Amino acid sequence: MAKKVAFLQGNEAAAQGALYAGCKFFAGYPITPSTEVAEVLSAELPKIGGKFIQMEDEIAAMAAVIGGSLAGSKALTATSGPGLSLKQELIGYACIAETPVVIVNVMRGGPSTGMPTGPSQSDVMSAKWGTHGDHPAICLVPASVQELFEETVRAFNLAEKYRTPVMVMPDEIVAHMRERIVFPEPGELEVIDRTAPSVPPEQYKPYDTKFGDVPPLAAFGSGYRFHVTGLNKMDDGFPTTKAAVVQAEEERQVRKVDANIDDIVKFEEYMLDDAEVAVVAFGSTSRSARFAVNEARKQGIKAGLFRIKTFWPFPEKQIKALSSKVKALITPEMNLGMCTVEVRRCAEGKAPVHGIFRVDGEPINPGQILDKIKEVK
Amino acid sequence: MAFDYDKYIRPGKLPHIWCPGCGHGIVMKGLIRAIDTLGLEKNNTAIVSGIGCASRLPGYLDFCTLHTAHGRAAAFATGVKMARPEMNVICVGGDGDGTAIGGNHFIHACRRNINMTYIVMNNNIYGMTGGQFSPCTPTGAKASTTPYGNPDPAFDVAKLAIGAGATFVARGTAYHATQIDKLIVEAVQHKGFSVVEILDDCPTTYGRRNKFKSVIEMMNRLKDIAVPVKAAEKMTPEQLQGKIITGVLFKEERPEYTAEYAKVIERAKGGK
Amino acid sequence: MSQRYEIRFSGAGGQGLILAGVIMAEAASIYDGKQAVQSQSYGPEARGGASKSEVIVSDSMIDYPKATVVDALLALTQEACDKYSHDLKEGGILLIDSDLVTKQPKGNFKVVSFPIINTAKNEVGREIVANIVALGAIVALTGVVTRESAEKAVLARVPEAFVELNKKAFQLGYEKAAAAM
Repeated sequence: MAKKVAFLQGNEAAAQGALYAGCKFFAGYPITPSTEVAEVLSAELPKIGGKFIQMEDEIAAMAAVIGGSLAGSKALTATSGPGLSLKQELIGYACIAETPVVIVNVMRGGPSTGMPTGPSQSDVMSAKWGTHGDHPAICLVPASVQELFEETVRAFNLAEKYRTPVMVMPDEIVAHMRERIVFPEPGELEVIDRTAPSVPPEQYKPYDTKFGDVPPLAAFGSGYRFHVTGLNKMDDGFPTTKAAVVQAEEERQVRKVDANIDDIVKFEEYMLDDAEVAVVAFGSTSRSARFAVNEARKQGIKAGLFRIKTFWPFPEKQIKALSSKVKALITPEMNLGMCTVEVRRCAEGKAPVHGIFRVDGEPINPGQILDKIKEVK
Repeated sequence: MAFDYDKYIRPGKLPHIWCPGCGHGIVMKGLIRAIDTLGLEKNNTAIVSGIGCASRLPGYLDFCTLHTAHGRAAAFATGVKMARPEMNVICVGGDGDGTAIGGNHFIHACRRNINMTYIVMNNNIYGMTGGQFSPCTPTGAKASTTPYGNPDPAFDVAKLAIGAGATFVARGTAYHATQIDKLIVEAVQHKGFSVVEILDDCPTTYGRRNKFKSVIEMMNRLKDIAVPVKAAEKMTPEQLQGKIITGVLFKEERPEYTAEYAKVIERAKGGK
Repeated sequence: MSQRYEIRFSGAGGQGLILAGVIMAEAASIYDGKQAVQSQSYGPEARGGASKSEVIVSDSMIDYPKATVVDALLALTQEACDKYSHDLKEGGILLIDSDLVTKQPKGNFKVVSFPIINTAKNEVGREIVANIVALGAIVALTGVVTRESAEKAVLARVPEAFVELNKKAFQLGYEKAAAAM
């Protein structure tokens, strides 16, 4: 049988990806430009016995998905910049309580209300540093409708596998444009579920490192009783201020991501083999960059593209290697230099990094990137 | 035979953090007796709290317990209840937690009429942070942030809940300890969002600043100001001045949220 | 056509131009086996004033998803024509409603005009299908998608009760544009 094909909007694809991944619970609050994710799931979730709830605010939506996840449902919320700001405290809660949840954050202009319908890529630092305290961060930045579907599935997988919140952050262009999407068959993409406890309830501890850095997670109502808190906790989930335990637990929480960078980081290299100028880009900007690279090649310039698919953890190793291979790096982005700072850090001065920044609500067009390629080649 | 509280208390988690004279322990014992009367199954019962002294309660009890962030108990609990409507869900917390930072979640849980019970331990103060005034601190009272007396008017938690759409609202006090479990039993049995406000005291951060000489004096105040609903009906507004009415203040039947959502699922599956 | 072809549907919010763009892109990407990307204006702009829906069609992968130089522009209102014709390429196609767009932009375009909205209102019988009349015309003028695919895409999008109405709207648009070329 031919695969199911549809012409979908990015946000619709994110919702479909969530369903493919086994999402059974969505809690959200309306915000442009992410609302279509909620709209689709309000229609689709009840059809499969799942639950959709529109909460009273962004914070409540984040709280509800954590509650839903602890009760055993794969859970999603969707938001955009101002909503992401409001959710930050509870994103930290999900980090310390080690609760898998997925947050789709469609990037629009900011700070504050900014430009609600204009594209932006300026939430990438919020994704990493937004909540207070040290914590793990995983953030995926898809560049097409198909990829938004697939990366939403992967976000659920990573959340479940590492017991941590994962963000999928398309810019407004990727979230709102429509493209053809080929639905994967069930089973075609890997779907990971959290590891259930292998011990009987009386022996269960929700943060038992005997089982590794990612301990099994039981669900409320499944016969296992345990305590969850946002305080620094011990292996049994109860609060502690014991210095050695707090230090070890905080380090483990971050290590869940840091020790698995190769599993989490995804990227795409395009025409980089002999490249002298490398454009490092993500989201819709990477599509402009690809256009520009193709044009540059036509003009005999050895340009290539490093496309970031996982923004956090940052593809540090790869950028480092790239910077010692090329004469210059170009970082176009719809913000005032957030990715550029990271690329420059990784390049360690081995190659100059030239940013192209735009925050006027317009996409960075291929011409701008091509001009820069010609300038620095 | 004396009631066996230990059956419901997690081994090794006591002593609790509450100060001598605090009313929260009385409420916890009332909650335990209520749960025992109701026969709630431990594995099928979630106790959810926010932040504050009262919110430490779930940690002591042997159920599925969730100590969330400041003010967010009702919102987390809504997620738990939506995912597993068959679970009994009980929220506990203080007045500041529930009606200030968590006020929005509280009123919307009332409005949805989602089947859970919210116990507000109202001691008129933020105790854990050292006695700042809360939305329930009486006007004129002293708190660490109202050194010249509180200029703010106070919330009536029960009225707030009724106004927002809670379908069962009751009030008791820490003095009337044996009434607490009865109110909680009725609240949990009610199908919908039920609120039980228990007035209790914080001798450490409120009593001290407001010239109460002892815990006993504070307890006696609770005894003196409480008027049962029945008695209040026969009293004039003048006679009720300075009093608080206790008992079941409000009760009505209205469609419950998870039951309504089950109908949404049916409609969606039927393609309508 | 091996390179990208860019079409912009523009007019006032509420004229169904987003749907017209989506149908065009579906005709290309689902029925004709090509690549297509559709994007549009959002927010207050989409609910009145001038609004646009852009479609890029290509035989190969489409990288940049927004318009660069527009090959074909539909303008159903004067405001849209004034606002969105600046990047219409030399030799491109401009389709306008002859009743509503009286001031044509200067430039070397192939201009095709006929009373699109009135065709829908008087000849098809419902003004609401003006977007499909316009779509039929754009399909005829651009040749980017086949007529068959476009018709299939239209019919897949409309409720049973409106199939004939939309069929007729598409046909009239297609034929009038073909005759006006």
